[in-house]
Amino acid sequence: MYEGAIQDLIDELGRLPGVGPKSAQRIAFHLMQAEPADARRLADAITTVKDTVRFCARCFNVSEAEHCRICQDQRRDGTLLCVVEEARDVQAIERTREFRGRYHVLGGAISPIDGVGPDELHIAELIRRLDDEPVEELILATNPNVEGEATASYLSRLLEHLGVRVTRLASGLPVGGDLDYADEVTLGRAFSGRRELGA
Amino acid sequence: MQLVDLSLRDVRSYAQASITFGPGVTVLVGPNAQGKTNLLEAVLRAATGGSHRVAGDGPLVRAGAELGVIRSTMRTDEGRRRTIELEVGTGRRTRTRVDGQDVRRASDALGVLRVVLFAPEDVALVRGDPGERRRFLDELLGQRRPAYAAARSDYERALRQRNQLLKQARGLRGSAADAAVGTIDVWTEQLISYGTQLIAARVAAVRALRRPTDAFYRDLADRPEPIRLRYRSTAGEQIGDDEAADPDTSTTIPDPGWIAASLRAALAEVAGDERRRGVTLVGPHRDDLELSIGALPAKGYSSHGEAWSLALALKLATYEVLAEVGDRPIVLLDDVFAELDTTRRARLAAACLRFDQVLVTAAVEEDVPLEGARVDVRLEDGVSSVTPRDTQEAG
Repeated sequence: MYEGAIQDLIDELGRLPGVGPKSAQRIAFHLMQAEPADARRLADAITTVKDTVRFCARCFNVSEAEHCRICQDQRRDGTLLCVVEEARDVQAIERTREFRGRYHVLGGAISPIDGVGPDELHIAELIRRLDDEPVEELILATNPNVEGEATASYLSRLLEHLGVRVTRLASGLPVGGDLDYADEVTLGRAFSGRRELGA
Repeated sequence: MQLVDLSLRDVRSYAQASITFGPGVTVLVGPNAQGKTNLLEAVLRAATGGSHRVAGDGPLVRAGAELGVIRSTMRTDEGRRRTIELEVGTGRRTRTRVDGQDVRRASDALGVLRVVLFAPEDVALVRGDPGERRRFLDELLGQRRPAYAAARSDYERALRQRNQLLKQARGLRGSAADAAVGTIDVWTEQLISYGTQLIAARVAAVRALRRPTDAFYRDLADRPEPIRLRYRSTAGEQIGDDEAADPDTSTTIPDPGWIAASLRAALAEVAGDERRRGVTLVGPHRDDLELSIGALPAKGYSSHGEAWSLALALKLATYEVLAEVGDRPIVLLDDVFAELDTTRRARLAAACLRFDQVLVTAAVEEDVPLEGARVDVRLEDGVSSVTPRDTQEAG
């Protein structure tokens, strides 16, 4: 145990996800030896995030304004809506530059063990958006695990009657990899999700 | 497959030990409580991710140490050298390396090292609860197909979620109860999807086990009565019947669509009960493997000798089932010979001749009528050590 302020900093850092006690200590000492301006910049960045960043009123992505940049962008295709669990999933899909539609962030997945039901997610807001916006296809991009699949299947049942095309992201092989190295579950899914080669 | 080398650091009674194994039989000899079983347990942990003695990795770490290390090197039937390195510890995440590479999930290491272990506790396969027999099938399938282990953990997850919903709804009435189980259909579908995979694989495993179990039992038992194995599913009695499953063909994999439909119907039938009791009542987590000797159920009617022979026959039969696809497993016999009379010892020894590599523990060397290498295991000042005997001497 260290004294006072430095231990407080280690404790706070240790509460961050993915940071263990050893890393917390290393970061704390790094900050102590850093230039005062560097440390202040970090502190400012943290307070600024807390003060100015919030969730988009429409899609619940992170945003600095009432609506996020993607929702404001008129070049986006309003007929495609991609449903994800978390805001970081939006970033993952954006990096692909494949998708030109808009997003809806649920804020998690259905998980009774964690006390998360449909009411805890932004599902009512999603249904409202389907009324208000010219959405033709809803792409369910929840995680390919038990909770993500359950959430996707809940949504597809719920939205069945709304006349919107509902699709689910395919799961399959990593690109550039060898078949040989794919784990069996992934390879098995890729098999069951195989498709016809277009002529 | 052959285990070539096993190194332990701070595992159970071992501070530091390393043994080199040859093909064929190796007998680990030493009085009781010297650390013989600890060696087999370490091999089993590397192969299956579990222990036959305890749940969890905590007890595997030597008292006073923070972390135990198990390193194993094997040679595959194709002559490839492979390694598994495990760091086991209390409270912290286990680290697993296969062929020098960290693996993402511990289940990725399953099936790399293939073993069949028989220990005195295994008599519970015949006399114990259905849970023992489900675990037996699950371990076998997990070693045979890593995808099975993944499906099983997905099933357990969906089951926990579904049970949580049922539990929350219990005691509530009317619309409050309906709201509490609002997403139950989604979890039921998940349960059916993963449950079907488990049931289909287990039924196939039971079918594959039949012939070799019967053959090994005839080799081991005094009265060679026919052995019957049948998968008894809470999803429907008929699932375990060959005739109903495949009216036309003799394929060994039952039709998943048919199993899913049976499971769905069975769940619908108990829906009211489930709401009252707050727990999922049908599915592979409640199934059993029925064993009979002659015309009688083995559980209630077998003598001690019969139960022993049947449990051993089942375990040895897994060797054949594993060897069908991929490498032939290593056979581990923990303290088995001492429990047998002279006739049975000779029979078991004869059965062992067909295995590529057999590791045996014994307190009394003369109990084991098998030729092969001998390794002495001794405990001094609370620390075990191993000393291979001169191969000349061991003959």
